[in-house]
Amino acid sequence: MKILLVAEYRQGKLLDNYTELLAFAGIMGAESVMFTVAEAAGALPNFDGRLYLAEVSQAGEYNPETHRQLLLDVVEMEQPEMIVLSHSSYGWDLAPRLAVALRAAQISEVVAVEDGQLVASMCNGKLRRTLKSRGKITVVTTQAGAFSPTDAATGAPTVIPVGGAASGKVKLLGYETAKPGGVDLARAEVIVSAGRGVGKPENVAMVANLAKALGGEYGASRPVVDSLWVEHNRQVGTTGHTVAPKLYIACGISGAVQHLAGMKKSEFVVAINTDRDAPIGDVADVFAVADLKQLLPILTEKLQAL
Amino acid sequence: MKLLVCIKQVPDMESKFKIGTDGWYDREGLAWRMNEYDEYGVEQAVQLKEQTGADLTVLCLGPEQVKETMKKALAMGCDRGVHIADDQSHLKDPYEIASIIAEFARDKNFDLIFTGMQSQDRASAQVGVMVAELMGLPAVTTIVGFAYADGKVTVKRELEGGVKATVEVAPPVLVTCQLGLNTPRYPTLPNIMKAKKKELLSIPAADLHKASGLQETAKIEFPAKKGGGVFLEGEVSTIADRLIGILKEKTAVLA
Repeated sequence: MKILLVAEYRQGKLLDNYTELLAFAGIMGAESVMFTVAEAAGALPNFDGRLYLAEVSQAGEYNPETHRQLLLDVVEMEQPEMIVLSHSSYGWDLAPRLAVALRAAQISEVVAVEDGQLVASMCNGKLRRTLKSRGKITVVTTQAGAFSPTDAATGAPTVIPVGGAASGKVKLLGYETAKPGGVDLARAEVIVSAGRGVGKPENVAMVANLAKALGGEYGASRPVVDSLWVEHNRQVGTTGHTVAPKLYIACGISGAVQHLAGMKKSEFVVAINTDRDAPIGDVADVFAVADLKQLLPILTEKLQAL
Repeated sequence: MKLLVCIKQVPDMESKFKIGTDGWYDREGLAWRMNEYDEYGVEQAVQLKEQTGADLTVLCLGPEQVKETMKKALAMGCDRGVHIADDQSHLKDPYEIASIIAEFARDKNFDLIFTGMQSQDRASAQVGVMVAELMGLPAVTTIVGFAYADGKVTVKRELEGGVKATVEVAPPVLVTCQLGLNTPRYPTLPNIMKAKKKELLSIPAADLHKASGLQETAKIEFPAKKGGGVFLEGEVSTIADRLIGILKEKTAVLA
């Protein structure tokens, strides 16, 4: 089997998630070729194989219509059976465009390969399904972190330049980076995070109080930040901070994939949730099946009395 | 100006799921609601309608029961509903769903189409982009900011690690909406009453279904429970004591 991997480049840098794509290709036992829009004179993927490279100065960092066409040209030349991208803001944007152009099935956010078949999770991790493509070519996106390289990537690619000026209808005007806030979650030894289960903004104080009693910081999951109950610089997850404290207490957090990706390297994880089937249980060392609104004040009081 | 917002009805994710007999999860006994991502799409579309006086259609594919969810979108401010009636929509793949929507929308001259960036149940993040591609429209995904001025749409795309990209595009265009794009409104009682009188057209999916599926679900199952974590249950005071005991034993944070 031959797989075409798509590496990402953003804000002047090659992103290192291509190594996860190589790990996936390794599991599939496939021959890999790679495509990226990048700078030929800059850092290239550590990979022994053909790398089709379009210059970013011409093709643009975000120009999906152009990137799609460049990829279709490479598909024509290489005839891969699979095209694999990361399930990222770049990958999930580009993959369906390729799938439509090729009339190919797209299998999104693959978490595992079992007996050669692709497995994806659904319903916020409560179910999983095995998918089968009906065509000769399949577009795949892989979940961030699901396929970890065992060794550091090595090698140097054989670069094959491909051309194409930006001609799409969308125009990237620039980037905005979140302002650094006063809180440094990455350094906190204890993080207590608030999820949707806190119910209302006033209850965030319970989470903050427990964090204080433990000498740590409080964080939050995405829905709580989106509701403006907690500022964005305290968000844990893919689009916020990735943290690895000694103790992480998830209060009323169901455990969406994006949240788990941001905290699963914590040394010890406590989940407090009324739903004992919540996917946060997959990473929890201790799961307290309780209403946080009742448990947190008592727990905080007992800790303060120690 | 003509606007379309596509929504989906999904089960509440807190539900207790069961494996069904038709190759999907059991659809009986679940609480249903509007896909959360689509709520942001409806809100943004309604805001644009309020800004420009545009005409706003809400579209939903699925069985009869999805009309309940469509009524919420109408109460939030959509002008009319198009229900594509399909008892088997849950067994269709993203390409088939997108083909049906594109078939409906193709000759309607919509200037802007809003969809959620993904559904909460499948989370494949495909249908919106596929609709645009099938219609030959530009698409911008994962927006957390939206502005329309001087005939141009300026959006902010959410990237990883707190970075956003600002992107400009001229209509007609399709955008897929990410959580946090805006604050979806709660329908007021007078608007719920008004919504009952709004047009809700039903079209059989078979009239628009011209593509065949490209993939199939071979198996659906519960994930194996990982972890082997300890469950603490019962009275909260006892849970608190046991939890403190475990933290003393297993972590250094109480030292």
